[in-house]
Amino acid sequence: MDNYVIHTENLNKTFGKFVAVNNITFKVGKGEIFGFLGANGAGKTTAIKMLCGLLTPTSGKATVAGFDVFKQSESIKKTIGYMSQKFSLYNDLTVWENITLYAGIYGLSGKEIKERGSALIKNLEIEDYATKLVEGLPLGFKQKLAFSVAVIHNPQIVFLDEPTGGVDPITRRQFWEMIYQASERGTTVFVTTHYMDEAEYCDRVSIMVDGVIEALDTPKMLKEQFKVASMDEVFLHLARNVVEK
Amino acid sequence: MINKPMIHFNNVYKNYEQVAAVQGINIKVNSGELFGLIGPDGAGKTTLIRILTTLLLADKGSVSFAEKDVVEDYKYVRNNVGYMPGTFSLYQDLTVEENLNFFASSFGTTIKANYHLIEPIYVQLAPFKNRKAGALSGGMKQKLALCCALIHKPQVLVLDEPTTGVDAVSRKEFWAMLKELQAGGLTIFVSTPYMDEAEMCDRVALIQEGAIMDTDTPAAITAKFGQTLLALQGKYKQSTIDLLRTMSHVKNAFPFGDSIHITLTESGAKNELKKQLEAQGVDASSLKEIDPIIEDCFMDLMTTV
Repeated sequence: MDNYVIHTENLNKTFGKFVAVNNITFKVGKGEIFGFLGANGAGKTTAIKMLCGLLTPTSGKATVAGFDVFKQSESIKKTIGYMSQKFSLYNDLTVWENITLYAGIYGLSGKEIKERGSALIKNLEIEDYATKLVEGLPLGFKQKLAFSVAVIHNPQIVFLDEPTGGVDPITRRQFWEMIYQASERGTTVFVTTHYMDEAEYCDRVSIMVDGVIEALDTPKMLKEQFKVASMDEVFLHLARNVVEK
Repeated sequence: MINKPMIHFNNVYKNYEQVAAVQGINIKVNSGELFGLIGPDGAGKTTLIRILTTLLLADKGSVSFAEKDVVEDYKYVRNNVGYMPGTFSLYQDLTVEENLNFFASSFGTTIKANYHLIEPIYVQLAPFKNRKAGALSGGMKQKLALCCALIHKPQVLVLDEPTTGVDAVSRKEFWAMLKELQAGGLTIFVSTPYMDEAEMCDRVALIQEGAIMDTDTPAAITAKFGQTLLALQGKYKQSTIDLLRTMSHVKNAFPFGDSIHITLTESGAKNELKKQLEAQGVDASSLKEIDPIIEDCFMDLMTTV
C-alpha cells in the first residue's frame, strides 16, 4: 500500500479513429491538490470521466482509491466526490433538500446527514438560506455549497471541474481556502481551471496537449523548466501550437 | 464639438421580481472604443447587454445607441448591432457556410458583399465550411459566431462573455481578433468575468452586484489604488494569510498566484510588517512593494465601496 490514490498507466481512450487520451501515465498522492490543465479539446474531460468511472478506457490501467476503472467503476463512484461548474445543485430544491439528496445518494445515514448537514450550513454561514430554494442563493455561495456537498461523505478524492468559473475574485479565493482545508483533512483534490493564477495554488500541475500529458511537476519546477515567470507562460508555451483537425 | 457617445446607459434600473439586477447604471462608450464590462457572474452584465440589444426593457432610465433610443428605434438598433450572446446560438444542424448565409440574408445582405469584414477570421473556418456547426470545436464555434455577428456590417459589436470557459491560449487569440476588428473602425462593447482581460480594453466599467464601482482606463484605475500594496512571494501557507489578517496595519491579504498580496492601511509600514512576520517565524525576505493590477483594484473596491 503506497500513498497514491490515483494511478494511471498508459491509459488510453479512442473514439473511432480519434485518440482523445493518448497513453497517459501519472500518480496523484493522498491529500494532494492536483491541477489538471489543458486547452479546450485536449482530452481533460475524457480523462476525468474515465477516472470517475463514467467512461470505460480503451486500454491501459488505472486505479482510483484502489479500485480498478475497468471493473470497479461503481465502487469508484461511491468513493469520490464530484463538482462541475455547470451542474451541481438543483435550483428548485432548497439548500437543505440538496444536502439531504446528495448525502443520501452518497449513502450517509439519517443521523450523519443531520449532523454533517447542520455543520456545513453553520460553516458557510447560510443559516438564513437553509429552507430557501438554491436558485435565490448568490453564485459565490452556490459554488461553496456545491463543494461542501461534494465532500460531505469525506471522499478520498474530490474531482472539481472548473469550480470557480465566473466567480468574483474574493469568493474565488475563499473557495481555494476550502480546497486547502479539504486537502489538510487528507482529501485529494483533482481540479481543472482556466485561471492560471489558480494553477499556482496546486501542489502539482499536469498540462495536457492533444491527449498527451506534456508536462507534470510542481508549479515552481515547471516555471524553472520552461524558464518563465508564471504558469500562464508555461501554459502558453505548451498549448500554443495546437492546430484544429 | 463634444463627441456624442455611441452607447449611452443613462441611470438604468432593472429588477427581476424581488431581485435588483442592475441599479442606476451610467456608461458612455465612445465611437471606435473597445469597452469592457468587467465583473463576476450575477453582477448584471448580461442584463445590461440585453437591454442594449433590445431584448429586454429597463424598468427605469434610458439607453441610446448612435443617439437613438433603444426602445423607440429598436429596429435601427437590431440592424446596426452585431450581437454575440453568451451561449452558442447558431443552428447546430446547419453547416458553417449555411449559418453564415442565413445570417447574411436575414439582414438583407450577402457573404460576398461583406466578406472583407470577416476574412481574417473566416479563412480559419473555411476548411470546415461544410461541417455542421454542432460538430465544431469550442474555438471554431466561437469564430463562426463572431463571423455571423459581423456579416451585416454592424456599427457596434456587442459580445457577452465571449471567453468564458475558453482556455488561456484561445482567450489571447480571441482578444487579438477583437483588437484587429477595432483597428478596422468598429466600436466594441464586451463583457467578461476575467479581470486580466481588462488590460486589453481602452476603458472598462467594473461591475459588482448590479452597480458600477468605477469606470476608467485600466491604467487610471490602477493608478487610483492609492494604497501600499505588498507581495510576499513563495509557497504560502493558509496560516500566513490568517496571521496577516490579524495584523494591525493590514487591510486585506489575498492569495495571488505564487504570492500573497497585502494592502496596508498606512503607507511606510512595510518594514514594520516584515519585522512582525519574522517575529512569528514567517520568511518575509521576499516582501516587496508592487504595482496593483485590475484584480487588486476590483477586490479593494469590493471591500470598500
